[in-house]
Amino acid sequence: MSNSTHEIEGVLAEFSNPYELLKAAEKIRDAGYKKFDCHSPFPVHGLDAAMGLKPSKLGWFVAMGGATGAAVALLMQWWMSAVDYKIVTSGKPFFSFQAFVPITFELTILFSAFTVVFGMLLLNLLPRLNHPVFNSEQFKKVTDDSFFISLMADDPQFNSEKVKEFLESTGGKNVEELNADE
Amino acid sequence: MKLDKQTFKLDRATGIGYFAIFAGIIGVAVCIFGFKKFHAQFFYAYLTSYIFWVTIGLGGLFFTLLHHLVDATWSVVLRRMTESVMAALPIMLVFFIPVCLGMDELYHWSHAEAVAHDELLQHKSAWLNPKLFSIRTLIYFVIWFIFGHFLYKISIKQDSEGDPEQKLKEKMRQISGPGMLLFALSITFAAFDWLMSLDPHWYSTIFGVYIFAGSLLSILSFITLLVVFLHKNNILNEEISIEHFHDLGKLIFAFTVFWTYIAFSQYFLIWYGNIPEETVWYLHRWDGNWYKVSLFIVFGHFVIPFLVLLSRVPKRNITMMTVMSIWMLVIHWVDLYWIILPNFNHHFHFSLIESVLNIATFLAVGGLFFAYFWFTFISQSIIPINDPKLKDSIKFVNS
Repeated sequence: MSNSTHEIEGVLAEFSNPYELLKAAEKIRDAGYKKFDCHSPFPVHGLDAAMGLKPSKLGWFVAMGGATGAAVALLMQWWMSAVDYKIVTSGKPFFSFQAFVPITFELTILFSAFTVVFGMLLLNLLPRLNHPVFNSEQFKKVTDDSFFISLMADDPQFNSEKVKEFLESTGGKNVEELNADE
Repeated sequence: MKLDKQTFKLDRATGIGYFAIFAGIIGVAVCIFGFKKFHAQFFYAYLTSYIFWVTIGLGGLFFTLLHHLVDATWSVVLRRMTESVMAALPIMLVFFIPVCLGMDELYHWSHAEAVAHDELLQHKSAWLNPKLFSIRTLIYFVIWFIFGHFLYKISIKQDSEGDPEQKLKEKMRQISGPGMLLFALSITFAAFDWLMSLDPHWYSTIFGVYIFAGSLLSILSFITLLVVFLHKNNILNEEISIEHFHDLGKLIFAFTVFWTYIAFSQYFLIWYGNIPEETVWYLHRWDGNWYKVSLFIVFGHFVIPFLVLLSRVPKRNITMMTVMSIWMLVIHWVDLYWIILPNFNHHFHFSLIESVLNIATFLAVGGLFFAYFWFTFISQSIIPINDPKLKDSIKFVNS
């Protein structure tokens, strides 16, 4: 792999503990960078705020998913029991909302759960087969004992030399350029 | 009212306690009048108010037991409040005396002649008889007293002696294991005895859980309002943050759904089975104007709080949390009213006398219970100052 001809995809910096990671994320946020991400072996409390991330919109999608589930369940049961195949069951009316509640409840949960999983993938832009950070040898430590921040080249303020200096000034070590695959 | 920053005790706070006693005494005076004039009506109103305050007390006991069992962090700052409610619970044994006096009016099964003509009651009389009823009530209170007393005593000891090796904490946790088991059994049987036996032919095995759900909702709302009140007086503003409100809101939301799940499970099986001896209970709650109250509970106890508290925003808004807590306490009272009163007032008509009696009994039991709670509360530090997790609890954030 020859680096010189490759376009720079981003810059990676290593931090030795979650506290440094948090502080650096705050500085990067305050400097106005948008396209950066923190990588850690475990969840770090307060990182969302430090990175300037807004609360996820996923909840609203899930509420809509749940409402859809409830509506689908009620419509389905109404059509089955009161329209398409009417059978008197223990003397109850064809449309007995009481009998429909368990299914409605279950489908609400099911649709909500599906929306959570697929909405999460969608909002995270997943599935995605590769990412420039995986070309870094030192990045393998992220699943063990090290913390990283990657700042990507599609950020409007991106300038590789400036960003490298900046990441070093926030306390980042082993700052390296990330290159795309051949 | 002022907080001592060293001991975390409230200074010059007795006024609220005396005010509650004053309200209680006015209530008692009206109650005595009501008792003489409107015998049966008075006892039904009294039982409603009594159960309302007892469920708050039981909620305090449950919350404390749960806190220790799961070794919770966030609720450490609220622990002394629920402990004080729990410590005030034994006084409710005194307030049970009027219920015993009114047994004749309230509980059909206590009439010897009614039992003589009713085969079902004859079979049930081994369990449902006045003597055993009183003994069982005493047993419930002994259980609640023992666990409440020891947990409170150890907790106070932790304040004065410190707990560097977490031995006291561990001890409270060990007590809470059997405590939780006996709590579950005692609240179930108390609900059967005090409320379900109002209609002695009817039975529902989930009934105790139903009462428990209301009980937990009411203590969560009570604690929320207490914290709002303290914050208004600039007390514990730093120690109890919006994060704690958020968690209380989550629990109120969760147990609104839990209550609905239980309430619907009870209704659903009876509706499906369609056996007259079971459905009659719901029929009584649909007759006359009672259906309006039934629908009000469906919306007020489930639909409204569910929609309002679903999002994160209202749980982190103190005004919304205050409104919803008051609402949950009101609806809990309506729920109990709906369980108790159809046995007396078959068609549900508004009556001024009944309203006055409801308010009077509410003040009588509530005022004195609250005063007892309040004096217990201000006699000690209002947060457990030597709890090993106190600092984490103060700093706690929802992520």
